Amino acid sequence: MSTTSATAVPPFRVESATPASRAAAVVGLLLLAVLATAPAWGGSGFMKLLIEFFTLLALAQMWNLLAGYAGLVSIGQQAFVGLGAYGLFVGTDRLGLHPLLAIPVLAAVIALIALATSLFAFRLHGGYFAIGTWVIAEVFRILVSGAKEVGAGNGVTIQGAAFLGPQGRLALTYWLALGVGFGSVILVAWIMRSRLGLALRALRDSEAGAESLGIDVFRTKLAVYLIASVGCAVAGAIIYLSLLRIQPNAAFSVDWTARMIFIVIIGGLGRIEGPIVGALVFIGLRETLADFGSLYLVILGVVAIGLTLLAPRGLWGLFVARFPMVSFGAQPRLVMGAQTPGGAGPPPGTTPTEVA
Amino acid sequence: MEWVNAVIQGTLLGGLYALLATGLSLAFGVMRLVNLAHGDLNILAAYLALVVVTATGANPLVGLVAVVPVMMVIGFLLQRVLLNFALGGGVLPPVLVTFGIAVVVQNVLLDVFSADSQGLDAGPLENASVTLTDQISVGFFPLLTLLVAVGVLLGLQFVVSRTQLGRALRATSDDTEAARIVGIDHRRLYSIAMAISLGTVAVAGVFLGIRTTFGPSDGPQRLIFAFESVIIGGLGSLWGTLVGGVALGVAQAVGNQVNPAYQALAGHLLFLAVLAFRPSGLFARRTARQV
Repeated sequence: MSTTSATAVPPFRVESATPASRAAAVVGLLLLAVLATAPAWGGSGFMKLLIEFFTLLALAQMWNLLAGYAGLVSIGQQAFVGLGAYGLFVGTDRLGLHPLLAIPVLAAVIALIALATSLFAFRLHGGYFAIGTWVIAEVFRILVSGAKEVGAGNGVTIQGAAFLGPQGRLALTYWLALGVGFGSVILVAWIMRSRLGLALRALRDSEAGAESLGIDVFRTKLAVYLIASVGCAVAGAIIYLSLLRIQPNAAFSVDWTARMIFIVIIGGLGRIEGPIVGALVFIGLRETLADFGSLYLVILGVVAIGLTLLAPRGLWGLFVARFPMVSFGAQPRLVMGAQTPGGAGPPPGTTPTEVA
Repeated sequence: MEWVNAVIQGTLLGGLYALLATGLSLAFGVMRLVNLAHGDLNILAAYLALVVVTATGANPLVGLVAVVPVMMVIGFLLQRVLLNFALGGGVLPPVLVTFGIAVVVQNVLLDVFSADSQGLDAGPLENASVTLTDQISVGFFPLLTLLVAVGVLLGLQFVVSRTQLGRALRATSDDTEAARIVGIDHRRLYSIAMAISLGTVAVAGVFLGIRTTFGPSDGPQRLIFAFESVIIGGLGSLWGTLVGGVALGVAQAVGNQVNPAYQALAGHLLFLAVLAFRPSGLFARRTARQV
């Protein structure tokens, strides 16, 4: 974007892209192209691990968007993971839809459900918002556990994707997971460069200040809540397209949100790179510490407490503090002194200055 | 008659929820801390009582003499060592740190005591009851629980409104900066407030442990019940918490009467209805004071 002016306003433009962000986009697209061919050469174990990684990445990006960017600490995102799972079952098994069609349909329905839940959740603030969202998730868990149409407490098994065959279903699930994983990163990057992202940045600095600039705080937060809820539902649907067996206590378990929280805290809150690093570390830790059972979660809890208090920007924050050039998150900067006719440019001898 | 009975039993259960909620309300009132580990610390208190009972053979109510001080020390240290450092930096750090504590406590309990359900046995006291009519009898123990809850609330009310400590608590709640200027060490005060909070949590944990069975993973549900009592009653009012606890207890008892599977759901629905129609709670104070 460039603005020219004949009067005293110096020329400027706003830039979001950095060399690192362009490099990340290129590397990301190459990686996506290579990974997309995995069904042709990868084993099923490898693909299942990547399905888990990319769906967890998507969930964590959504939680990061909520907590890290909008300050909405939800402990109830499992409501939408569970609704996504059951939405997929209803779509494929009850309505006979192809999974590819069932997912957008369930996304639209769950957006409406999320809008309804926001009427309650948004009455609460801060830590009480956290517990309030948790109660809402519990309500869904209890209601679904009592619904005989979807197997009540025993749950159901998705059979509507069986026509794809085991290999076909694995490949489709894998591509969907790849799509939702990369898609979540692109979505957050796009949001943070959009008007909504600017509003969120202003909110993070000062809610009162943002409001005085004309930002509708409620609508901004609501938009993020809806996006994150639908994102978690879509990721949940893909997770259960892979698992097939849905049980209400597992699908609506707070463990889903706990995973999102751990991943975001470990990687770095409020940074687009955080969930990527966090999900890699989280899966790595789980693979190495799985034998420790409940002690593994004790370790995760201690790590989360320690990082929150000592390194609130997570591992990626520590890394970027040393190597700032690698950060590829969007940071709009004002670039002064774009060449314009009319002579209103900066004094001779100055180079374009960046205001981060 | 069954319904009258449900309401009476619910009221008595509500005493327990009020007891459970008081500590959560106090921590929020004094330091704006929403303690997500509240429920898991409540379960921890029940397990501590179990250890005391197993080791000494004492009645769990006598065991309170040991459990309450231990929990108060835990509360003081948690605040001193961890939570004080999480306050003052916005909404996220206290939520994330207490969530981490909840996960740690829950899984340490799971590791030490296994996932089996446990119970505390208070002897013949548990089954004694007063018969009012043919169909309604009031258990002696639930009645005692309600009385203890009221007693704890009265004690807290006295501390908050009549003592030097209470003045400091109210001052810090109203304006931390001004309280610091007049010489109140707010960090120490916070630690004392958390000690009191966990003291009440310990009492609630032992009484709940006698009333129902408990397991390492029951903490979140306890947190939710406490939270619902606080919100239903109205933030910042000790007696509102009692009303909220009783309202929650009655809703659950009535829900249980409809269908045992919907006991918790009925409480959640009451909570959501309060949020929708009376978000400041049934007994909210008009003033900003939150202790």
